[in-house]
Amino acid sequence: MSDKSSSRTSTFDRRAFMAGAAGTALVPMTARAAAQDANVPVARDPSLPVEVTLRVNGKDKRLLIDARTTVLDALREHLKLTGSKKGCDHGQCGACTVLIDDRRVVSCLTLALAAEGQEITTIEGLATDDRLHPMQQAFVDNDAFQCGYCTPGQIMSAVACVKEGHAGSEADIREYMSGNICRCAAYPNIVAAVKQAAPEIMKG
Amino acid sequence: MRPFSYQRASDPDMAVRALAAGAANDPLTKAAAQPLAGGTALIDLMKLDVMRPAAIVDINPLAHAWSAIEPGGGSLRLGALARMSDVAAHAEIQRSYPVIADSLKLAASAQLRNMATLGGNVMQRTRCNYFRDVSYENCNKRNPGSGCAAMDGVNRMHAVLGVSDQCIATYPGDFAQALIALDAVVEITGKAGTRGIPFAQLHKAPGSTPEIETTLQPGELISAFSIQGRWPRSVYLKARDRQSYEFALSSAAIALDVQDGTIRDARVALGGVATVPWRAREAEALLKGQKFDEALARRVADAAFADARGRRHNSFKIGLGRRVVARALQQAATMEI
Repeated sequence: MSDKSSSRTSTFDRRAFMAGAAGTALVPMTARAAAQDANVPVARDPSLPVEVTLRVNGKDKRLLIDARTTVLDALREHLKLTGSKKGCDHGQCGACTVLIDDRRVVSCLTLALAAEGQEITTIEGLATDDRLHPMQQAFVDNDAFQCGYCTPGQIMSAVACVKEGHAGSEADIREYMSGNICRCAAYPNIVAAVKQAAPEIMKG
Repeated sequence: MRPFSYQRASDPDMAVRALAAGAANDPLTKAAAQPLAGGTALIDLMKLDVMRPAAIVDINPLAHAWSAIEPGGGSLRLGALARMSDVAAHAEIQRSYPVIADSLKLAASAQLRNMATLGGNVMQRTRCNYFRDVSYENCNKRNPGSGCAAMDGVNRMHAVLGVSDQCIATYPGDFAQALIALDAVVEITGKAGTRGIPFAQLHKAPGSTPEIETTLQPGELISAFSIQGRWPRSVYLKARDRQSYEFALSSAAIALDVQDGTIRDARVALGGVATVPWRAREAEALLKGQKFDEALARRVADAAFADARGRRHNSFKIGLGRRVVARALQQAATMEI
């Protein structure tokens, strides 16, 4: 009714709303630190949350989570890193691709507890300050997306594809990027982007 | 996903003890405690509510001892926790065992190959849609005695070899065909230490107990695979609905030992068409002592599918499978090594 409420509406931020609604992230830490001693069950009682420290984009993050939480859900629901996307949630689409210890994996099939002590890199950790990563810039330059939902996964997968040495030809790029599905079918432009970024990534 | 307890294995002893605890008389696939390696099959099936373990034993901490890739001295040993991508990319595997490298490289996606282990790969479960969708009551593999929805359902992806009147679910893997072709030995670690069995004795055809898929018992883990000899003249050919990232409609693992134009030893294994990793020994026998030509390849391919039984949607696999075998033989016989 008032100017106040309309101005609030005009500054409505979908991401902030979604993140607020997700709600349960970063609850106060009351449980004891997760057992690093391998003989001790980390999560003995399935009904209780368990404390875990994930190293994400170079920073340690302490979380209190259900043992069933995947890395993808830990990132999105607990750490508000919503760049990694949940497409199929069954390891078939690649939208949730992140790097763990520099290897590309699907975060939807990785338990957060099993990733403790490893270095997780997400799309949010790729740029340096205001400079896009060469692969991000290449996706922009080549218009390598339409809706953009698969793009964070495509970019993370593409960075690893280049570093593995699997971007030497278009055929190689297509084969080694096949784990990332794009239902807008931006594939020709994705291949062009990977080709463009590859030399710069290998150089630096 | 149902709740579970989670613990990390500090050593093999602890792992097998934790996995054997509370095993009751359940088959391995229904055991209360399940090992977690790459997680690409287990976590997927837990999300689908097909697998419902009460306890997860994370065996990844054993990787330092169980993931070595050791070719050399005319034999090969592969740790069960080696990742598919690392084995596929290994130069000596590509040179001396191309059937192994290609069976791994042509499976799944780059991400899944980075995660999945060799041991987990051979233990992966069928992709039968009626098995994976718990809204179907009648699946003898999931609910023994409930019937089989695939028999008269959509069975285009199902098996034509090794089937029973209880189950026609296809064994979906690729690497297993390479192992069975090369007479691999599976090293199994359990409470009583380690033992070796021929890979051909690991999987069990469905028969009247499709819920029992392997001869492993709860509390046993695959720790390694070993192969005698080098097989540089070997191929893995995979036909599928799309060019990449898809399960086989039909595949063939072929290994030949050819000396002065004569085939001294021959191995033929089939994937995508059988309920278990499938060795076509009658077909192999036709090759031994012969010189290769296309007519021989066709006879071998016919022999490999002599006992095949198609159903409404999958009979095409018999003709397709024959052509895959013939082409794979041609590739193996003519490859430069």
